[in-house]
Amino acid sequence: MKKIINEPSNVVDEMLDGFVYANGDRVKRIEDTTVIAQKDIQPNKVTLVSGGGSGHEPAHAGFVGKGMLQAAVSGEVFTSPTPDQVFEGIKAADAGEGVFLIIKNYTGDVMNFDMAKELAEAEGINVDYVIVDDDIAVEDSTHTAGKRGVAGTVFVHKILGAAADRGYSLHELKQLAVRLVLNVKSVGVAMTAATVPEVGKPGFTLADDEMEYGVGIHSEPGYKRTAIKSAEKIAAELTAQLKKAFDFQPGQEYALLINGLGATPLMEQYILANDVKKQLSNEAIAIPYKKVGNWMTSLDMNGVSLTMLKLEDDWVELLNHPVSVTDW
Amino acid sequence: MLTAEQTNRWLERFAEKIEANKDYLSELDGIIGDGDHGNNMARGIEEMRKKLQAADPANGSEVLKNASVALLSKIGGAAGPLYGTALLEMSKQMTEADDLSAVVKAGLDGVQKRGKAEEGEKTMVDVFAPVYRELEAGNLTVEAVEDAVEATRELKATKGRASYLGERSIGELDPGAVSIGYLFISLIEEGLTDV
Ligand SMILES: Nc1ncnc2c1ncn2[C@@H]1O[C@H](COP(=O)(O)OP(=O)(O)OP(=O)(O)O)[C@@H](O)[C@H]1O
Ligand SMILES: [Mg+2]
Repeated sequence: MKKIINEPSNVVDEMLDGFVYANGDRVKRIEDTTVIAQKDIQPNKVTLVSGGGSGHEPAHAGFVGKGMLQAAVSGEVFTSPTPDQVFEGIKAADAGEGVFLIIKNYTGDVMNFDMAKELAEAEGINVDYVIVDDDIAVEDSTHTAGKRGVAGTVFVHKILGAAADRGYSLHELKQLAVRLVLNVKSVGVAMTAATVPEVGKPGFTLADDEMEYGVGIHSEPGYKRTAIKSAEKIAAELTAQLKKAFDFQPGQEYALLINGLGATPLMEQYILANDVKKQLSNEAIAIPYKKVGNWMTSLDMNGVSLTMLKLEDDWVELLNHPVSVTDW
Repeated sequence: MLTAEQTNRWLERFAEKIEANKDYLSELDGIIGDGDHGNNMARGIEEMRKKLQAADPANGSEVLKNASVALLSKIGGAAGPLYGTALLEMSKQMTEADDLSAVVKAGLDGVQKRGKAEEGEKTMVDVFAPVYRELEAGNLTVEAVEDAVEATRELKATKGRASYLGERSIGELDPGAVSIGYLFISLIEEGLTDV
């Protein structure tokens, strides 16, 4: 394992302090917690809290600021944060109009956030939530814990954050959130697995000439392992999966997110973007919003994911709504 | 009700087993999950020890409550809320009745309410539920707990992280079943099942 760290058990704590050192004009760390909160939260608006295991940077602390999240809660690497920490995040964000939680669909996250919601409600804070499950690599059946939440969560943060900034009520945010989650889908590909500092070795191994489609952001198994392919072929496979899942219809509009998983150079992400463009130009759909970069990473995993969001109403406007966050 | 001293002994033995098997639990989780269960449990146990040593509880129920808060605040992941809920519900039930099987049943109900898992889904419920039945029938033994743990090997996971593996989860032990097994084995080894 080659990493720029100190004690593996201290990585989250030290990262958070470094994050605040670099971005202290915008955010603060709530003392004795793993909560990063926006400074000077505006009163009388619904506020947003998200979080999860660490190792997905810039998610989620990088999205804290006006127009997006008001607090982000970090767990240990790839491990859901505990209810008391999420509760601290809710308290830090609360501006009197209720707090909305954005949760990725993992058993641990769902239970810990749910218990935090109970703690907050017991103290008289109104809390509602949405569970994002955009990863189409997993079957949504009674035989699994359901689809996983991956990079599509970033679009949910952005759009709900903009809506909250525009004064949506807790109830209105919930309705919007439910529609967003139904319309967002992602699928990824990995060339190598991530190495968790406390584990010291990669979560799985792929031979030098292999890659795997559908791998999750915590090295969960994917749906197909194959010989390594060109960017063109990868773009064809990923867009074909999304096309099938959405059932593209002429005239539809989509937002597109190409997301690096941590160790894939931007050069390769843009090459893939160029190939995705070619694939999607064969379809009678429009892509009025695109974004490329590292948003929901998996430590040092080499790979990318492709997310599409079927657009409704004023969602493009909400995507373009100005934000003051560290990473957007 | 168990006394504070008895409950402390029970949980201390459990803590020792978790510590001794931290790497083993993470290895098991590495095969069908994400490899963190041993580390998660060890983090929780460390906090639980600190809390139990600092506390001056009046009875077993208070010990369990303190342990629950500690585990809930440090384990994280799926196991944190489940252990936290189990111990909290057991703590509550202990003030109601002397019957240990009713106490374990309250813990089991809490876990199932929180995690929505039935028996047969390859989770800690597959140890918790048979332990309750054996206890009620008055013949809980270490072998019975070990058998229940071993029986998770043949199950296909349909809850938690291991469910992403589908058929490939068959043939391996469930890490949460192993760790909760230590809790009940500790109870038996401390001679607390028939007090
Ligand atoms: N729904 C459930 N009901 C009961 N037990 C469960 C459930 N889901 C998972 N478990 C138990 O939790 C154990 C895994 O706990 P662990 O500490 O590894 O959390 P995790 O799933 O890795 O969480 P995270 O994804 O946040 O890291 C499993 O072995 C299983 O026994
Ligand atoms: Mg695990």
